[in-house]
Amino acid sequence: MDGYYAFMLVATALVLMMTVPALALFYGGMSRSKSVLNMMMMSYVAAAIVGILYVAVGWSMGWSGDGTFFADPTALIWLKDVPTDTYIFVMFQMTFAVITVALISGAVADRMKFSAWLLFVPLWALLCYFPMAHMVFSCTDDSLICGRIGAQDYAGGTAVHINAGVAALVLVLLLGKRMGWPRDQMRPHNLTLTMLGAGLLWFGWYGFNVGSIVFTGDTDEANMAQFFSETGRTFTTTTMATMAAILGWLLIEKLTHGKATSLGAASGIVAGLVAITPATGAVDIEGAVAIGFIAGAVCAWAVSLKYKLGYDDSLDVVGVHLVGGIIGTILIGVFSTSDGAGGIDGLLYGGGAGSLGDQALGVLVAVAYSGVVTAIIALAIKFTLGLRITEEDEAEGIDLTEHGESAYDLHTSMSGGGGKTGVLAASMAPSEGHQA
Amino acid sequence: MKLVTAVIKPHKWEDVREALEIFGVTGMTVSEVSGYGRQKGHTEVYRGAEYDIALVPKIRIEIVVDDDDSADIVGIIVKTAQTGRIGDGKVWVSPIETVIRVRTGDKDEAAL
Repeated sequence: MDGYYAFMLVATALVLMMTVPALALFYGGMSRSKSVLNMMMMSYVAAAIVGILYVAVGWSMGWSGDGTFFADPTALIWLKDVPTDTYIFVMFQMTFAVITVALISGAVADRMKFSAWLLFVPLWALLCYFPMAHMVFSCTDDSLICGRIGAQDYAGGTAVHINAGVAALVLVLLLGKRMGWPRDQMRPHNLTLTMLGAGLLWFGWYGFNVGSIVFTGDTDEANMAQFFSETGRTFTTTTMATMAAILGWLLIEKLTHGKATSLGAASGIVAGLVAITPATGAVDIEGAVAIGFIAGAVCAWAVSLKYKLGYDDSLDVVGVHLVGGIIGTILIGVFSTSDGAGGIDGLLYGGGAGSLGDQALGVLVAVAYSGVVTAIIALAIKFTLGLRITEEDEAEGIDLTEHGESAYDLHTSMSGGGGKTGVLAASMAPSEGHQA
Repeated sequence: MKLVTAVIKPHKWEDVREALEIFGVTGMTVSEVSGYGRQKGHTEVYRGAEYDIALVPKIRIEIVVDDDDSADIVGIIVKTAQTGRIGDGKVWVSPIETVIRVRTGDKDEAAL
């Protein structure tokens, strides 16, 4: 199994890259220029805080033994008694905790106190993510979502995406809308960063999905055979779903707004990856294409819900991660095949509706748990430290007021002035034909 | 002395500069500006949200000229910047009371 261990080293680094810098770039590009640094910083500090906290108690809460919601938090505190030759599995799971918390940050653009975020991050990881990871991933017999309900979730449709998506929704409801939303222009300030971030997320997601293999064999030979067949499946279904989701998103955009956009393609990538995350081991190629296409199309529509319902989920964490996560998790009940990792036939493959019911119940439990726990944490912060920066600071720009920085210095001779369209730049430098 | 101010389409700027240079204009002040007239802005769509971008980018040229040259210079700008479509811009001429060259202190015509 040497190859597997080497692969896990790479997979773990890939998943960490999904947060730093991929998600930060993806979100940062969609932010306004006066808040891009704060947006990126929320991912970077989430990595720092959650990573250390995971090693302190997260692994123990997830993996030290039985428990409906979580295992003994102190049994393996600071990896006590965990041999170093299994540390890589701790690190791999740690990267999942990191990105799940960071995902939430997209919803709170422009307006959340940095100190409130620094407090929210460890509390949410401790009370919401670590338990959910136990319920889903460690899969002891009494663990709620995997063990008791029996819902399939290969790499985190519930624990990661639904969890983060619900948290984002609850947090923005308590945080309130940005000043001027939705009347004012808040268009993305740099879509090239977003395209780069989406591409890096796709690349890193191979670590996320393919690295999530759990061996079931009794012998090394059996596990090696499983490794080859299952990683081939997860790599391929991850790829197919993502590609189909790009097309699904662009199709809906073209039909409803007349143009296929780059932000639509970048968003389609993420929507497809989110939806295939729980299903990647369970479905075949047709199932993956269907799930990806459906997720791309539905999420392209779902991101407009916030305007109808009036919640300012700034960068669409709800529309992409909650909706995409639900789609992928539910559709396992339709498209899973018995030669997949779960060994269960879904509705379309003659397995009946039983799996569909389990999946739906898994979704409900994840939504309820995350909703309640996030609300408690966010309310506690709201009525003590406060969640929001002042109106003056928000108008000035959170980069400047919370971090004392600005992302871009595009000005030339005057600190306050500067070019806008850049058409003059070419003729300005060497030409002697005119004077300023 | 007159101040000739022109607001033109950005892609016409190089043509106008070249034409004015051939005529003998040796200096001007140029800035990138935004505004709108009959042309209006345009619409952009991000994740289904439509944004009306009201302002259109333009180039503003300011030249201080001798009274006798102003009509010719206005003519050159209009001829060169014209595409015949909405949004070509405007040129206007205003009187100037006095001009001083900072380096030498030369005044009025001597400062042009």
